[in-house]
Amino acid sequence: MADGSIGLWTVPLAVLGGAIRVSTPFLFVSLGECITERSGRINLGLEGTLVMGAMSAYGISYLSGSPWLGVLAAGVTGALLGALHAGICSLPRVNDIAVGIALMLFGTGLAFYLGKPLIEPTAPRLPAIDFGWWSDIPQVRAALRINVMFLIGVALAPILYWAFRTTRWGLLIRTAGESSDAARAMGHSVLLIRLRATMVGGFLAGIGGSFLSLFYPGSWNEGLSSGQGITAVALVIFARWDPMLCLWASLAFGGAAALGPALQSVGVTSGYHLFNAAPYILTLAIMIITCSPKRTLTGAPAELSITR
Amino acid sequence: MDFGRISRRHLLQGGAALSLGAAAGLRPAFAAETTIGFIYVGSRDDYGYNQAHAQGAAALKKIPGLKVVEEEKVPETDAVEKTIESMINLDGATLLFPTSFGYYNPHMIKMANKYPKLRFEHCGGLWSDKDPKNAGSYFGYIDEAQYISGIVAGLTSKSSKLGFVAAKPIPQVLRNINAFTLGAKSVNPKATTQVIFTGDWSMPVKEAEATNSLIDQGVDVLTCHVDGPKTMVENAARRGAMVCGYHTNQSALAPKAYLTGAEWNWEALYPKFVKMIAAGEGIPNFYRGGLKEEIVKTSPYGEAVSAEARKAADEAKAKFLSADGFAIFKGGLVDNKGKTVIAAGTDRGQKDPELEKMDYLVEGVLGATS
Repeated sequence: MADGSIGLWTVPLAVLGGAIRVSTPFLFVSLGECITERSGRINLGLEGTLVMGAMSAYGISYLSGSPWLGVLAAGVTGALLGALHAGICSLPRVNDIAVGIALMLFGTGLAFYLGKPLIEPTAPRLPAIDFGWWSDIPQVRAALRINVMFLIGVALAPILYWAFRTTRWGLLIRTAGESSDAARAMGHSVLLIRLRATMVGGFLAGIGGSFLSLFYPGSWNEGLSSGQGITAVALVIFARWDPMLCLWASLAFGGAAALGPALQSVGVTSGYHLFNAAPYILTLAIMIITCSPKRTLTGAPAELSITR
Repeated sequence: MDFGRISRRHLLQGGAALSLGAAAGLRPAFAAETTIGFIYVGSRDDYGYNQAHAQGAAALKKIPGLKVVEEEKVPETDAVEKTIESMINLDGATLLFPTSFGYYNPHMIKMANKYPKLRFEHCGGLWSDKDPKNAGSYFGYIDEAQYISGIVAGLTSKSSKLGFVAAKPIPQVLRNINAFTLGAKSVNPKATTQVIFTGDWSMPVKEAEATNSLIDQGVDVLTCHVDGPKTMVENAARRGAMVCGYHTNQSALAPKAYLTGAEWNWEALYPKFVKMIAAGEGIPNFYRGGLKEEIVKTSPYGEAVSAEARKAADEAKAKFLSADGFAIFKGGLVDNKGKTVIAAGTDRGQKDPELEKMDYLVEGVLGATS
């Protein structure tokens, strides 16, 4: 169009763009948590891991000049926090949910403390790949500027799905999650399996954080996560511990987050609070539709402290 | 212990030293340490509201004899009362600046009643005769600076579509949106401002989504009223749009895209307050002002601002600085639903309390307050 506006098409485009831009941290955290929970442990601390990941990625990217080094640093930080969670939980009579909450506060607090001097500087960001080259509409091109981490996340979901079903490692994690006695009878250390699963989960959550600070919204500040980590943990339950469903749920949450601003921009201005709450309404609706008093959640690992 | 009397004596001594020092050509020094407490709702280096106050506090730190204590990220709850208590009882603060809107009533009022000899200065509140005499509120008419930003934006935009990322539809925010729009329309009658409310003061992901949606709609100059404008500025610049800043100068974040911005000038006001106390006259309980009173300022023009826009903005600035001042909200003002909100013939000057209750968006703003 002559004035560069695309009218009502903004809304579906923004939801698509939002699904791509906003979903990546949800995707990484929920896939990470999926691995951890399948091994029979809940790590609620991933909100803290996400924020720590965002902070350390930004810091390392700023100091080293390489955003990819930042991503790696975020992953390592996340794995260390995961190891801490798993380490504490392997002590007798420790509740993993309580430890998770403690680590959530610890992670965010530490990130805010260490991240103080990082709010002002601008760090090098991750590059985007232009998938909108075929279109001459600038809005479409902007929506399709995709970061490679999103693609990795999307590829990771089916890989995990396959790995859980067919690989030895997947079987071990599931065994530890369904029956620790069985895993022990097979001669495996349940604690070691869970330590590894929690570390991998932390690694992925940390990488999710690096996406926040290094790609979108693309800078470090203390309001950056605004609860996305904890939403992603809830999303795993919502996705029934299935990596593929995690992918779809993350995309839906990303798109829903874009809905409120997009509707306002085309003039649907009444009830924007409602549209801003869209992701939460969506969760609530699906939870209500799928819950049943007669059975436990389908797909829930039996060793999980919420189902045990 | 009588902090009030001690503080006044200290401050008077300080005042004497100040004038002596000035006479002798020396740096002014307070005879004994006076402690001033600053409380921020967020992080003090957020490129925004809190950083602006922290810059004001930093200006006070440079004055010898003044000790500044600061606490950041204090929520607008009982927590601020505890912070005030500890600043008074542990640090010996005698002058306090709780800088966030929600600190005022009941928290700061309660503390002012409890410590009647100490001085409390709140940013943004509306002090009235019913409130304690040792409390005060100050604020700046930053909509004057937004009006100037609007002029620059209206003359820079190619599509005549401007965008505004706002937190909540409260009077101070609406005033900024309206002043920005009226400034733009004064030089470009076709200009419209599309506003998006994110719902809260710090929502980086929503702010980034709002910025992208506005640009998708053809908006090419954006500004905002959220706590930290960094997200909007960086994301808009990445998409090739121009920006006007808010709270502080964000030109370092996007040197090419930054046009100008509406900034607080607390580093000019706070030393003035201290001088008033030192001179023994005290701070007026209700203190307001705009560009003329140096409570707000505009950022230096960026390279993308044309000579025409600079000229128009400078002319408007001169009007604000003139003895008569300049009323942004003039009679015959119609809101974006077609209702006349200010009758023809009445000019609402900056100090008009009616403007503090603003609940409308003027004609030319695309958006709604609810």
